[in-house]
Amino acid sequence: MFSMELLLNAITAGMLLGGFYAAVSLGISVTFGLLDVPNIAHPVFIIAGAYAAYAMNTAFALDPILAGLLFTPLFYGLGVVVYRIYYVSFEKKGEQALRGLVFFFGLLFILEVALSLIYGVDYRLVEASYIGNSVSVGIVGISLRLFIPFMVGLLLTLALYLFLAKTFYGKAIQGVSQDSLALRLMGADPIHMKTIAFGLGIATASLAGALLIVIAPVEPAIGREYIGRAFAIAVLGGMGSIGGTLVAALILGVAESLTSTFSGPSWSLAVSFGLLLLALAVRPSGLFGR
Amino acid sequence: MGRKSTHSMRTSTVVGVVIGVLLLAASLTSVAQAASPLRIGFGMALTGGLAANGKAALLAMEIWRDEVNKSGGLLGRPVEFVYYDDQTKPASVPGIYTKLLDVDKVDFIVSGYGTNLIAPVMPIAIERNMVLMGLFGLANNEKYNYPYYFQIGPNGPEPAKEFSRNFFALAAQQTPKLHTVALVGADAEYPHSALTGARENLKQAGFDVVYDRTYPPATVDFTPIVRAIKATNPDIVFVASYPPDSVGMVLAAHEVGLKPKFFGGGMVGLQFATFQTKLGAKLNGLVNYDFWVPEPTLNFPGIEAFLKKYQAQAEKRGVDPLGHYLPPWAYAIMQVLGQAIEGAKSTEQKTVGEYLHAHEFDTIVGKVKFGSNGEWEKPRILLVQYQNIKGNNIAQFVGPGKRIVLLPETWKSGALIYPYAEALK
Repeated sequence: MFSMELLLNAITAGMLLGGFYAAVSLGISVTFGLLDVPNIAHPVFIIAGAYAAYAMNTAFALDPILAGLLFTPLFYGLGVVVYRIYYVSFEKKGEQALRGLVFFFGLLFILEVALSLIYGVDYRLVEASYIGNSVSVGIVGISLRLFIPFMVGLLLTLALYLFLAKTFYGKAIQGVSQDSLALRLMGADPIHMKTIAFGLGIATASLAGALLIVIAPVEPAIGREYIGRAFAIAVLGGMGSIGGTLVAALILGVAESLTSTFSGPSWSLAVSFGLLLLALAVRPSGLFGR
Repeated sequence: MGRKSTHSMRTSTVVGVVIGVLLLAASLTSVAQAASPLRIGFGMALTGGLAANGKAALLAMEIWRDEVNKSGGLLGRPVEFVYYDDQTKPASVPGIYTKLLDVDKVDFIVSGYGTNLIAPVMPIAIERNMVLMGLFGLANNEKYNYPYYFQIGPNGPEPAKEFSRNFFALAAQQTPKLHTVALVGADAEYPHSALTGARENLKQAGFDVVYDRTYPPATVDFTPIVRAIKATNPDIVFVASYPPDSVGMVLAAHEVGLKPKFFGGGMVGLQFATFQTKLGAKLNGLVNYDFWVPEPTLNFPGIEAFLKKYQAQAEKRGVDPLGHYLPPWAYAIMQVLGQAIEGAKSTEQKTVGEYLHAHEFDTIVGKVKFGSNGEWEKPRILLVQYQNIKGNNIAQFVGPGKRIVLLPETWKSGALIYPYAEALK
């Protein structure tokens, strides 16, 4: 059943979902896209961010997104520690390829179990005045539960883009991904830059987790459902391209939404990943990859 | 006398010692046998999507085990559990039950929680001729007709149809007559069975289907789905969903403004304390299935005492603090098995299986009698409506008044608020 109202609402819902997907995938775009670190544990950091937001929301009635923002320095520090361990144990020895991947798999399971032990395995939800409400703009209804994460995802993307494009550290981080030897000759320490970048990648997980628990209930193992999407978006957007990540996330979100609305939800993931394969077949480096 | 008599004395002594040793060995064996634990093995979702219920079920089963062991065990033997985390992954189940039977050599097996996790156990149980106690499976035995399968959920002889029978029966009673139905559910075993049954029931009730779709379990945003349903303007919306999806559907319905005359169905998760408190008044008006609620008509002997024990430990174990949904049934499934073993005075699978078919059992969820396919002889799936929920306080869900039983008539505790929108006011 087709109608303009249904079409506009599907596109809008898809874009809102895409903004959230962008927030989830930014960390992968930085750590995997720019630094070539196979951080398969990124989704569990997102879940940890969700639980941090849940804890603050339950204990102090703090808005979950504000809680996510407040926890970003802590997650940055965590990212720094994780990267240092990874570097000393694997990257320095040239063993990052397979053993590094195993390291992050192990980290994923350890963090999942830790969350289960601390919070139990029950689903967790947060409370906020905008959850369950919507506003209408003409014939388009906008769910606040998705709109606010969309806006935050957009701002996060913009902030990260500006940091990488306009600041010394940002440019140095991009330099690491292009030619770390040249960067060293310029007087910047590539390892230090990578440490900062990895910390930033994990810091985005804090906010992404807060957005996730606003949208849907969370339990410790739910992060695994986002591994595929996050990597797909990072690859589709172009490795290390922040703008590309946003565009790819929006494309996937809209594709999912349109398919759910008009063809049936069963096909939504198949269509999304089908688009990914098509895009990579035409442009293997991704939409904005070099 | 002399050498001959000495020799015969020695012989007698040796024979006597041998007989004594044999008698002693026999008595020691029977003592050891009497003391050896009766081992019950199972996989259970302790991590993954169904872990919240799985861990709650485990707590309830452990309460039963501890009570039984305090009273001397079963057949004089202490009960011991051997269990493994199935991680809510059906693929892990065959390995778990093979280990339980071949390596751990358990005496009895019980299933994990849920249709998806029971299905992989069926071939193993059938191959080994094991009694299999099923914990909340929908139509797992439909294709096999295995005689030693016993399912504790009160689904009745036609489980797939029973899940939605009362829902559509009540919808058909409303005036003016309702006509159109939207069906939606997750791409998984339980929702598939529930939707299959729903299609049969709604056809018998004379309804027309205007939307019939499933969605992948990893769906994040349900607003496109709900909007598509709203566009078909159905009188009735039947949802067969798992916990996170049930929440997503309820929230999306409120955001999109979906207000059919009759809304609900087979939404798993809305029975959990976490979701009841967080969704609060958004649940009002939904007509959903349940198995037990704290209404006066369902106050069976032992249920209150069990819930007290369970609730005292629930918070520490990080499980549902109220324990109204699965825990009473997890306790009851062990009651039934225990009574069957004691009643049959045997651990032989065939003997216990025949006993289970032939007898009625008293449990904290009422009397349980199995039919020929291992489901309840008479169904007792409740149709409840959430009413008058205010705010997010958990205390309002402890007692009666918020989940009103509409059907079956025997257990009815209040009247339907109709249409759905009326209950939202």
